[in-house]
Amino acid sequence: MNIIRIEHIAKIYQVGSEEVHALRDVSLTIDKNEYVAIMGPSGSGKSTLMNILGCLDTPTKGLYDFKGINVSEMTDNELANIRNREIGFVFQTFNLLPRSNALHNVELPLIYSGVSSSDRKEKALEALEKVQLSDRVTHKPNELSGGQRQRVAIARALVTSPAIILADEPTGNLDTKTGEDIMALFNELHHQGNTIILVTHEEYIAEHANRIIRIRDGMIESDTEVRNRIIPKAHNVEN
Amino acid sequence: MNSILFEIKEGLLISLRAIKANKIRSVLTTLGIVIGVFAVVVMSNAVRGIDKSFQEGVSSLGSDNLYIDKWAWFNSEIPWWEMRNRKNLTLEDFEKFKELARLPVAVAPSMWSTENVKYEDEIAQFTNVQGTTAEYIETTNLDFESGRFFTELESNASRNVAVIGSAIADVLFEEGQGVGYEIEIENKKFKVVGILSEQGSHVMGNFNPDNQVYITIGSMFKYFMSTHRRSLTINVRAGSSLEVADVKEEAIGVMRRVRGLKFNEINDFSINQQEGLLSEINSTVGVIQIAGFIITGLSLFVGAIGIMNIMFVSVKERTKEIGIRKAIGAKKRTILSQFIAESAIICLLGGMIGLFFSVLATLMIQNTDFPISLDFDAVILAVSISLIVGVFSGFAPAYKASTLDPVDALRYE
Repeated sequence: MNIIRIEHIAKIYQVGSEEVHALRDVSLTIDKNEYVAIMGPSGSGKSTLMNILGCLDTPTKGLYDFKGINVSEMTDNELANIRNREIGFVFQTFNLLPRSNALHNVELPLIYSGVSSSDRKEKALEALEKVQLSDRVTHKPNELSGGQRQRVAIARALVTSPAIILADEPTGNLDTKTGEDIMALFNELHHQGNTIILVTHEEYIAEHANRIIRIRDGMIESDTEVRNRIIPKAHNVEN
Repeated sequence: MNSILFEIKEGLLISLRAIKANKIRSVLTTLGIVIGVFAVVVMSNAVRGIDKSFQEGVSSLGSDNLYIDKWAWFNSEIPWWEMRNRKNLTLEDFEKFKELARLPVAVAPSMWSTENVKYEDEIAQFTNVQGTTAEYIETTNLDFESGRFFTELESNASRNVAVIGSAIADVLFEEGQGVGYEIEIENKKFKVVGILSEQGSHVMGNFNPDNQVYITIGSMFKYFMSTHRRSLTINVRAGSSLEVADVKEEAIGVMRRVRGLKFNEINDFSINQQEGLLSEINSTVGVIQIAGFIITGLSLFVGAIGIMNIMFVSVKERTKEIGIRKAIGAKKRTILSQFIAESAIICLLGGMIGLFFSVLATLMIQNTDFPISLDFDAVILAVSISLIVGVFSGFAPAYKASTLDPVDALRYE
């Protein structure tokens, strides 16, 4: 079943009097429970593609069908709703609210979808347990290590049970070992049935996925299955 | 509906958290509003106090009175130079009037002079001394702290007796003393027969009974002026407000006879009424009010600009946070209400602090003689003003925050 189907998408930015074609003509589909890596050098258009897939931005041309709904012409509020319920973001720089503790950070998407505070707490604690942070619930981001912060961010992405998890260079700010732990966590989430889209420029990280889509100059350069997937092993999570 | 309430509640919680996180800045920002609300509330208390004091002053003069005078007291159509050329009202005029007028319940003359009043070493300088007759008390609503007004006998015999207003008594005598004492008015001895209770009409100036000394009109003429030098005022009291019009009608006729006017001559006197005084007072209070609110409004406006400014800075600084919130599903409306709520809460806190200080200031001012009145309206005023300022000055920054593009906002460092 397709979760994502995009057809002939283009994104053109107006920079002064010049038109910049960030994406020229991209078509792809992503099925439920796929684990896809999007790769490309900087300036290739992979960030633009990620923003469009994440409903942070809309394409200039083309169709974007998300779970059977055309999102390419949605209003800001409708996009906010889709982001809230269907997409879990994981960023390179974690993007947690610095002054809020882990629990509140994880609760935030539920606040915006109008879940009552008792349900919210329950779900947030559950999500934090999934990423093995039950003992760090009241810690603020600056009291957590990089890996722990990223796991809080993953808990936040998971808490609404989204249709896709969109991770943008999730290991970019982590050391190798911690990065490996995070990749192990993604692997596990994939096993549990989640659909994961991983944006990266590192070949090694991309090879954790089932499929690699390479972008260059705003076009898909290749779209291949990964034969020898890297199966990461957790180093029994640091605390 | 439910979801809107929910959003408001969450918006408030988020805002409180943000305010707590930026304590020093919130306090400094609030200062402008504290000062603004303080100024507005103190101002409004003062205006209310002045107004109340005016009204009390008017009612202490008696509400059904007419004042026959050479001058029209309030905005008259008659030019002042014509009034200046009128003959003075004399004691003879008063006596004839009193004889002829049938309707008034009381009639008394008033003649003023400014003198120094002394008791032993205490001096009340430039005191308004009013010469009148025993009947004067019946033209007013004055009451006594101790003693009495002078009698007809004393008045007819031009005895050296005096009735003293409460403020003058405070200057000259110990608390509770005075009646039976001898005071000196410009070296003439007068026996104090009565002290008025406080009338509280601080702003009435010469009209304020608290600041007057009443003596017999005979003593007034004997010691303080020759018979015809100044014009006197005839105080006329009607039985009730319904009779005022008839009393006035009769007074005009009687006065024309007294003054010997022919049918084609215009009145050479004016009949003044409290209505005139009241409308004068209301317009005076109105002017004070407007001036006060323009001045205090300006300070509030400066406070509001301060809030707006700091909210813009806050939005700029929290661009990334706004990006994060939007990425995980905050709608425009949510961000908008979050920032407006934040600004409203800051202002409300400021308003409460301002209110607190303004209550302190009002209580302190009440200890002086300045009329100021404290009442619950001040709370409503402070709360509503600070809420309005908060929402008003928070709106533009909040709108800016709500329309940020999530992609750009997330990229902001």
